[in-house]
Parts: sequence; structure tokens; C-alpha cells
Amino acid sequence: MSGLLSSIGYQYWVLDALILIPVAGGAVALVGPEVSGKRTALVVTLLEFVVSLGLWWAFDPATAGMQFEVSHAWIPSWGVTYHVGVDGISLFLVLLTTLTMPLAVLGSYTYIKSYERPYYALLLVLTSGMLGVFIAQDLFVFYVFWEIMLIPMYFIIGVWGGERRLYAALKFFIYTFVGSLLMLVAILTIYLLVGQSTGRYSFEYQHLLNNIWLTGRWGIWLFGAFFLAFAIKVPMFPFHTWLPDAHVEAPTAGSVILAGILLKMGTYGFLRFALPLFPGVALSPAVSTAIVVLSVIGIIYGALVAMVQPDFKKLIAYSSVSHLGFVMLGIWALTLQSVQGAIVIMINHGISTGALFFLSGMIYERRHTRAIAAFGGIARVVPAFAAILTFVSLSSIGLPGTNGFIGEFLVLLGSFGTQPAATIVATTGIIFAAAYLLWAIQRILFNPLDQPENEKIPDLSVRELIVLAPLLACIVWIGVYPAPILRRTEASAQALVNQVRGPQRLPIVPGAPER
Amino acid sequence: MPAIVEWVWLVVMLPFGGFLANGWISFFRPNDKRAVSIIGVGVLAGAFLVAVAVVLGAARETVEAAPAVFTYWSWMPVGTLQVDVAFQVDHLSSVMLLVVTGVGALIHVFSVGYMRADPGYARYFAYLNLFVFFMLVLVLGASFPVMFVGWEGVGLCSYLLIGFWFSEKANADAGKKAFIMNRIGDFGFLVAMFMIYRSIGSLSFQNVFEQAPTAFAVGGSAITWITLALFLGCAGKSAQIPLYTWLPDAMAGPTPVSALIHAATMVTAGVYLVARTNVLFAMAPISSAVVAGVGALTALFAATIAVKQWDIKKVLAYSTVSQLGYMFLGVGIGAYTAGMFHLVTHAFFKALLFLGSGSVIHVLHHAYHETHRHDDAQDMRNMGGLVRFMPWTAGVMWIATLAIAGIPGLSGFFSKDEILAATFARGGEAPFFYLLWVIGTIAALLTAFYMTRLMIYTFHGSNRTGEKECDHLHEAPWIMTGPLVVLAAGTVLAGALNLPEILPAHGWLEHWLEPVTELGTRYLPEASLAPGTEWALLGLATAVAAVGIIGAWRLLHPEALVPAREAPPETGLGKLLYRKYYVDEIYDAAVVRPLVWLSEKVLWREIDQGVIDGAGVTGVTRLARWLGHLGTWFQNGYVGRYVLWFVVAVILVVWEIRR
Repeated sequence: MSGLLSSIGYQYWVLDALILIPVAGGAVALVGPEVSGKRTALVVTLLEFVVSLGLWWAFDPATAGMQFEVSHAWIPSWGVTYHVGVDGISLFLVLLTTLTMPLAVLGSYTYIKSYERPYYALLLVLTSGMLGVFIAQDLFVFYVFWEIMLIPMYFIIGVWGGERRLYAALKFFIYTFVGSLLMLVAILTIYLLVGQSTGRYSFEYQHLLNNIWLTGRWGIWLFGAFFLAFAIKVPMFPFHTWLPDAHVEAPTAGSVILAGILLKMGTYGFLRFALPLFPGVALSPAVSTAIVVLSVIGIIYGALVAMVQPDFKKLIAYSSVSHLGFVMLGIWALTLQSVQGAIVIMINHGISTGALFFLSGMIYERRHTRAIAAFGGIARVVPAFAAILTFVSLSSIGLPGTNGFIGEFLVLLGSFGTQPAATIVATTGIIFAAAYLLWAIQRILFNPLDQPENEKIPDLSVRELIVLAPLLACIVWIGVYPAPILRRTEASAQALVNQVRGPQRLPIVPGAPER
Repeated sequence: MPAIVEWVWLVVMLPFGGFLANGWISFFRPNDKRAVSIIGVGVLAGAFLVAVAVVLGAARETVEAAPAVFTYWSWMPVGTLQVDVAFQVDHLSSVMLLVVTGVGALIHVFSVGYMRADPGYARYFAYLNLFVFFMLVLVLGASFPVMFVGWEGVGLCSYLLIGFWFSEKANADAGKKAFIMNRIGDFGFLVAMFMIYRSIGSLSFQNVFEQAPTAFAVGGSAITWITLALFLGCAGKSAQIPLYTWLPDAMAGPTPVSALIHAATMVTAGVYLVARTNVLFAMAPISSAVVAGVGALTALFAATIAVKQWDIKKVLAYSTVSQLGYMFLGVGIGAYTAGMFHLVTHAFFKALLFLGSGSVIHVLHHAYHETHRHDDAQDMRNMGGLVRFMPWTAGVMWIATLAIAGIPGLSGFFSKDEILAATFARGGEAPFFYLLWVIGTIAALLTAFYMTRLMIYTFHGSNRTGEKECDHLHEAPWIMTGPLVVLAAGTVLAGALNLPEILPAHGWLEHWLEPVTELGTRYLPEASLAPGTEWALLGLATAVAAVGIIGAWRLLHPEALVPAREAPPETGLGKLLYRKYYVDEIYDAAVVRPLVWLSEKVLWREIDQGVIDGAGVTGVTRLARWLGHLGTWFQNGYVGRYVLWFVVAVILVVWEIRR
């Protein structure tokens, strides 16, 4: 397979193609007839997915650095280069994005009933923006993509959202924009400081990374700016309150993309930029302790607040705060297992929470309510829906044999080596996760069927089953045989851990003698 | 490696195939009950036969102690962490293999009769098959994480089967409660794994047990914390204090489920885990003492509650909690074989008791259904005199009752006595062990009492079901009584597996398990009893059982009972026991309600919506607005003010330059 791919020069054009296909498709969708908007979008996103699939085989697991690199001069006078590449950390975020988008399109078929052409065009532009964030190797390009994807999302929530959509869209936009503006200042400062010292003004990430030590005492402020931008995106406690509103008001596909992919940009930003650029600051006892504590608070707090939500979508939103807390803990514990686990949770959360949002959207389309109290006992009426919701919930609470377990287990096992106390507290999160999700599905699926409106709900349609099937398959596959994913991420994760820990710090080796 | 042992994967995959097939049928041909029965029972029978062949093959070929490990694929390879999907066939897992598939197959057969009329028939067998699959993974897993897959998987099936009739809120509640309380235990299991990995760098049983003696100091804090965390997992899964309250509620599930999952197999997983990791527990005397102490206390505590329950299944549920306490007492004092022995005999007699009670409930339910009455088919006050209608059921249940009460010759006598004798034998080390022995003996007295009570109220005296209902009372069909008879044979004969040393042909199981238990027993002091003491203990145990049975017969008057709907409420001590010491209410008031209140009123309303969104986010927007107003004051459109600022600025600049 990899031979076939290299014979068509796959590694030279794939990343360009992945960025250009959706944009071109978006233009077609916008100018085409209204009725064919969704079909165009589906074809384009499927094509995108097929193209991206080659990465699986063409990717060399033994290489820690960037692969499929492409570099074109863009604004030479400012030192901006269109430089993109993929490594083990970004590979699966790219694939997760290309897998999610066709499902998001197909999942919108009956949900979106107005302004279809611009909706699907925005989804396609969003695709390019998100992929760009994950592959950019130039901080200017990264920032451009970071902002590009903000705009379609704003409109998707603000135009096609629920009743309080304007409030939610504005809150989402301002929250994220405040963070990203600070990040822009930080990027420019690094650019100028490194440029002054080295005489080469360039936004190339590798160039800045190699010379970042020249910024000296500015590090803490620069890190702080990056931290705020990424922490809001994750979202970390206490920067999370935009998330429940945005999720509840967004249309189904918006929630799926928001949770599945956009949140990962925060954790990805920490892994790719904030940690490698400022290891000294990030691992200093004060900062490290603060972030680990906030992560653990997020895990427990998110779970507890999720437990008492009357709205199912809001419950899922708060559960995201909890899940992403595990990711942050894994990143900051900074062992090979915890970082790999964090990457796996990032993938898993896209799959499982994506599926949960799809399911909540499907039941919303039938009953026009998301209130948990409006249901009860519907497992008898909609057995397929019930079986799938139960299964996905189990994956979300990390039942072994599903994907959720692999990520949480690796994060916690790895984190215990460097952050034992925080890990033990974080591990109680598995109890609360079971509590909030099982209580919710009990009130939706089980208990007496006591509301007449629920007696005639139709079960899932074939289209809806097609939307869910790939996610269910991934849940089982990653749960049972995650080794191919772990092998592809290992080299890059190891390189990251080594680089951030630096030569002076000894790697954490298990098997140390007992104290 | 002998070829036959390699077929162990088939034992595991047959039930999984049954799950897939029955799951498919439950969606697409839910009324094809014939196919469901054939598949559901067939895969278990097949699994049992293959398991027998595997164990015989292993016994014949592998004389040496090394367990046969079969690695199928690499599961989580991350740097130094290498977790494989691998099964381990050794002397310990082979015992469980036979119990799970053997007793499991009988309970599947029984279920065909019990669940015949249920609309969820296919779903039921799908879950039951899935349960056996996970139980086998638990038993065969060659590393902590693989075992954990089975460990949580059986918890899932337990959840699904307790809440099988999910349209009743109480059933759904019970399932959820079981899952969450098990998760509290699983937290301990996980933390134990993290600590083990940190100390040893591996999680496979072979590596951990080989390296434990060098990696840990006997009695050191690391090994103590590891084993205490593991025992928290055991307390959740095996319903020990303080996590036992889910098991009595679990009786909300169909009765065969109670027999298979909540008596014979799943709930014994904690005992199996301690026996499996015996070297770790043996190196941690404090943890072992905790295990034994909690086990003994649970045995007594649950037995007192069982004395005053009216629901026939609740009596058996508390009895199970109590008997599990005995098993933990056994493995806690280092008598690993005795604990496993009681696990095996208990699997027979308790499965028999549950299935027998299932027959009774089935028949009573049917009778009430015929006469359109809505009385409780599980309340013993609505039974009485059933021996006339169900002689077979009564007969086999009496055998099991005498076995659990500890009448000599029956299996329960030998296994329980072995635990108590081993406890007594260690009394020379510390009086603590004598205390445990006393507690265990008192619990044995109560056991004989409450079981006899159950039998008297259910089968003897006059009938209280109702006159019209009597016409519909009859023996359960053969597909249900058949498995009971087989289990009764097991109840009688299983004692021969491990006879006490003073009898001929003794200690067969002891010898069989030796390659596994010797890892731990090396760290334990030699403790043996003089033949005279052993005879005395046997005699005392017999006397205790006899006193319990005769006492119940003399003290209880089934003639004085009235049907449940006419019965007066309990008072005094009886009420305290009937309400199970109010432990559920205490947990609810001390943990559940405060947590929900904290989450909703404080975390969500106050912190999330109040502080962060209110003061924080709104505060920031106010600040922005105020800054905006400040800006407008500078540029309000009047030329005069612009000139003023212009002049001020010029003065400042000039002054700055001149300085």
C-alpha cells in the first residue's frame, strides 16, 4: 500500500489537497442549486476522507519528526512561509477531522432546513481551517487557520442554532477571541525577539523553537498568553463556561465538531507549542502544580456538574470538561504513557462524545426537547437507539474493551509516575462518570414509560445508523486493538517528552527501587 | 505445549458467539425462542466440554508448575509498558474455568424454563452469554489489565441483568447502584495497578509474582498499600463491608441471574483475585489481617440481617454476603486453598438454593397470575407448606440447607470447617485469630438458624398463599428441577475435593493448587493442628450446626404467620434487622444527597453560573463597557475638549523633552 502511494507521489501533494479540496467544494456548494448543497458537501467530505486515509499507510511510525512536509514561500518580506507537515501527534487529529466531517454532513441532512447552501459551504471551509491548525508549521499560518475556523463556527451557532443562539455565539466568539488575540501578541513578540537576536525574521516554527531561549525572562508572559488561548479552547476550569452554552445552542453537527475537533485544538496547542516552546516555565513547580490542580478540578467538577444537568446536551458538554481534564493531566504529567494516553483520549473524545451529540440530536429531532425529564422508558419504543446510546455511554465512562478505557488507563498509569497524588484524585473521576451517565440513561431509556408523547417515537433510520456505524466501529476497534495507533504516535510522543524534559532531567523509569 | 490446552480460546469465544447470535435474534427475530434456547444453552454446554478437555489436557501434560500462557495480540504497547491480550491456564484458573462453565451451563438450562414466557427472552440469553464470556476473561486473564476487562465486563452484565426489567424504576435503580458501587471498588483495582507498575514496570502476573519478592519488603508500605487497594476492588465486586449494599438490591434481576452472577461466579471474583495474588497479600500481613477481619465481620453482620428478612431472595442474598465473608476470612488468614474450596462448594449449594427459590417464585407468580392477584411472590409469609406441592424442590433445597448449615458429610461442612480450623490454628500467633474464629463460629450458628427458618417458612406448616391459588401450585417443570438435582449431587459430593487431614484421601484440592499457593505460603508461618484439636473442632462445628437447626425448629412457629398483606409492622430489634441497620438510609443521607446538593446548588448554580459567569465573565464585559465609556469621555464630539487634550498633550511632550 505504501509503495502504491509513493508511486503516485502521495506524500508531496496530500496536505495541499486536504486543504484545497474542502475550499473548492465549498465554492461549488455555494454557487450550486439549493437542493444539491448537502450532496456536494457529502461527496467532497467523503473524497477528503478517502484522500486522508492514505496517511495511515504512508506514515512512517519510526520517524519522530514531520512527514509529508510542504513549504511554499507566502509573504517573504515578513518571513511567512506556508509550511505544513504531519507527525505522530497530529496524524490522528487530521484523520479524526476527516472522518467526522462526512458524518457531520450526513447527520445534518434533516436537521438543517434553512439556508442549506451557506451552511454546507461553511462546514467545508471549517474543515480546511481545522486541518490547517493541525498541520501548520509556521506560527503565522497557524494563527491564520486558528482564526479562520472561528468564523464559520460563529455563524453555524449564530444562524442555525437554538433559541439563545446569538448569546451563545457571541459568548463563544468573545471568549475564544480574547485568548487568541493575546496569543497573537505573544507570537509577534517571539517573532521580533528571535528576529532581533538572530537577524533572521521568520515565523517558521522550527526556527523559533530553536532560538526561543533568547527570549529569556519574557518566557513567563509569553507562556501565559499561549496558556490563556489554549486553556479557553480546551476548556480548562475556570475558562469553560462558554462551552455549555455553545453546545446547547449549536445545531447537532456544530456540537459534534465543537466537541470532537475544536476542543482538541487547545490540548494540541499545549502539546505542539506551549510545552516545547516554554518547558522551563511549563514545568516550573508553581505553574505545573497550578495546571495539574486545575486539570483535576476540571475532572471532578465537570463530572459533578454534569450529574445535575436537566438538559442532556448540557450534560454531555460538562462531561467534556471532565474528559479534557484527563488530557491535560496526561500532558502535564509528561511521561510517554501519559502523553500517548492523552492523544488517545483526544481521539476517543471525538468519537464517543461526537456519537453522544449525534444521538442527542436524533432524539431532539423526534421530540423537540432535550430535557432528560421529558423521557423515560423509551428503550421499549426505540430499542436500537437505546442499545447504541447505552454502548456509547459505556465507552464514554471508560469500560474496558472500549476505546475510553485505553486512553484513561494510559493517562492515569503514566501520570502516577510523576503526579501520584493528583492521579489518585483524578481516578475517582471514573466513579463520577459512571454516576452521571448511568443516571442520565436510566432517566431517558429506562424507568416506566409514563409520557404518552414518547410512545410513538420512530427508531433510528438507516441514514442515522450509517452516521453512527463508523463511530461504533472505532469504539470497538480502539478498545480491542489500539496497538496500530499507539505505534504510530509513540516516536513523536517520546521525542516530545525527551525534548521538554530536556537532557538534564532524567526520564521517569519504572522499576525504581522501593523507598 | 500440548495441543488440547491451546483450545482454551474456544471456551471463551463460544459464549461470545452466543452473545452475538442471540443479540442479533433479539433485534431481528425476537420470537424465535427455540433458536435462542439452542444457541444460548448450546454454547455453554460446548464451552463446558471444551473446558473439561482443556483442564484434563493441562493436568496430564503439565506436571511442572509453570502456567501455560497464550498470547494472542499486543494490546497496549507503550514504551516499557507492554500489555498483551493473553490467557493463562494454570491450576487456579482451571478450577474457576470448570465452575463457571459447569454451573453456568446448568443455570442456562434452568433459565429456559424460568424465562420461557418473557418477551425479552433473546435479550436475556444474549446478556447471560456475554456474562459468561467476561467471567472467563476475568478468570483466564494473564495480567492485571486483561483481568480488569473481565472484572468490569461482568459488572456491566450484572448491571444489564439486574435492570433487565427496566420499566420498573426500582430495578433500574438497583442496576445503577450495583455498577457505581462496583466502580468504587474498581477505583482501588486501578490504583493498585498504577502502584504495581510503578514498582515493577510490568503488569503481567508472571512478571509481577516473580519480581515481587525482590521489589518489595515484606510488610513494607508499598506492598501494603497495593494490597489494600486491591482489596477495595474485592470489597466492591464481592460485596464486603462497606460496599456490600448493592448485592441485596441486585435481587431485582431474574432469579437465575442471582444464582449465576450474584452467588456462584461474579461475586466470588474478589476471592479469586486474592488467591491469584496470594504472594502479594502474604507479603503484607497488615492487609491480610484487614481482609480476614473484614471477611469475618461481614460474615457475622450479614448473617444477623438474614435472620429477619421476609423476602426469600433477600435471605439468600445476605447469606451470600455472609458466605463471601467466610471466603475472605479464609484467604485473609493465608488458607488460600480453603477459601477457594469454599468458593467451589458455595457455587454448588448457593446456586441450588437460588434456583430452588426461583422455582418457588416461578410457581407462586404463576398462581397469582392465574387468579389475578397482585401479592408478593417472593415474600415467605405468602408461602408455607409448599413441600406438598413441590417435593423435589423442597428435597434438594433441604440438602443445600444442611450443607450450608454445616452438617457433616456434606460439602459445606468441610469447606467452612477448613476455614475455621485454619483460623483457629493461627490463634497461637495472636489472639486476633481466636477472635476471628469466635466471630466465624457465631456466624455459623446464625447461618444454620436463618436457613432453617427459610425452609420452615417456605415449605412447612400450613399454606398461606391463598385458597384459590392452591389449585395452581405444582412442581416446576423438569427443565428447571433437572439442574437442581445435578447441583444437589454436586452439593453432596464436592466435599470430597478436599477432605480434612484426619480423614483418608485428604487434601486433593490443596495438592492441586499447591503450585499457585506456594508462592504466598512461603511467607506465612507454619500452622497446623493436633489431630485431637481437629476432631474437637469438627465436633464443635457439628454441634453448632445442630443447635442452629434445632433451635430454629423449636423457636419458630410457622403456624403463627399471616400473609404479608395482613402482617403487622416490625418493631424493636426486629425492625432494625428488617431495615438492615438502616445502612442504605445512612449512605443516602451522608453521601448521595450531600453530593447531589453540592453539585447542583453550589458547583453549578453558585460557582458556574454565579461566580464564573456572573462575576467573572459579566465583570469583564462591564469592565470593557466602562473602558468604552471612559473613551467616549475623551472624544465626545465637542471641539473644545479635543483642543483641551491637544494642549495638555503638547505641554506634556514639551516638558518631557526639556527635562
